[in-house]
Amino acid sequence: MTSPTHQFEITPIVPFEVGGVDLSFTNASLWMVIAAVVTTSFLSICMRRKAMIPGRMQVMAEGLYEFVANMIRDNIGPRGQQYFPVVFTIFVIVLAGNSFGLLPYSFTYTSHFAATGALSLLIFFAVVFIGLYRHGFHFFRLFMPAGVPWWMSFLIIPIEVVSFVIRPITLSVRLTANMIGGHIMLKIFAGFCVGMLSLGAGGYVAALFPMLFNVVILAFEFLVAFLQAYVFAILCCIYLKDTIEIGH
Amino acid sequence: MEFESVKLIAGALALLPIVTVALGLGRIFSSYNEAVARNPNAAEHLDKKFFLTFAMTEALAIFALLVSLIILLVL
Repeated sequence: MTSPTHQFEITPIVPFEVGGVDLSFTNASLWMVIAAVVTTSFLSICMRRKAMIPGRMQVMAEGLYEFVANMIRDNIGPRGQQYFPVVFTIFVIVLAGNSFGLLPYSFTYTSHFAATGALSLLIFFAVVFIGLYRHGFHFFRLFMPAGVPWWMSFLIIPIEVVSFVIRPITLSVRLTANMIGGHIMLKIFAGFCVGMLSLGAGGYVAALFPMLFNVVILAFEFLVAFLQAYVFAILCCIYLKDTIEIGH
Repeated sequence: MEFESVKLIAGALALLPIVTVALGLGRIFSSYNEAVARNPNAAEHLDKKFFLTFAMTEALAIFALLVSLIILLVL
């Protein structure tokens, strides 16, 4: 029996190397391609006939759109609509990664720090550049909230700077840890099942209990997969809002 | 003590934060239920905040589980 962490191993499918840099097409890349193709074709097929009165398929695509649009409207405000494409893309790619990872024999690319770290660093640098572009030097008011007495600045500024810089780390570790933790839990209980089967006739009855528990965990993991994509997207919204409305 | 036994104890100790997560989740669920019972019209508005706080609190338990698993499986 392989170890529970075996599922997170990256194996190259098409080995490919350029100047000492490993650029192989791995199973992680394969599932990213599958996620991109499935989500793009799903949305294009749903919106093939743009009817005034939406059909079944169109309602699904519009529901997804409305969900993210409402999230932006509630958290950033009307000025946030220009950031809709990036938030929608991040939400869909994280949701697809989380939920395709729950298919048997698949690979969860959101369980790797490299993938989630890249997404959260994108948001981090976007926040810094948008803030500097919109507010110029005034951007650094973010680290010194209005109405704080000047002698508190020695305490407030280091805390605010650290909590700002640590954002991409917490954002990506939250998603990665949730995915790794849940998938390891699934595999450990599946391992109990296999272990009990080797005990004979009584083992077959006993193996039902970890299996039933695994069903419950799997349902919970679907909730977590959606919830973590939601949390990731909503935190992106909150970070973008911070930088748009400095000093309010 | 031997390294193996220290590892097992450390793995168990790393799961202690789950106690506080349980307390926190209990508070979140109870205050959510109380708020909805007092004002059922606000349920739709409270749902989103409830799920956000629930996911962020639950993430702490997953962090603890991950640290414990790293101690047990990787070290």
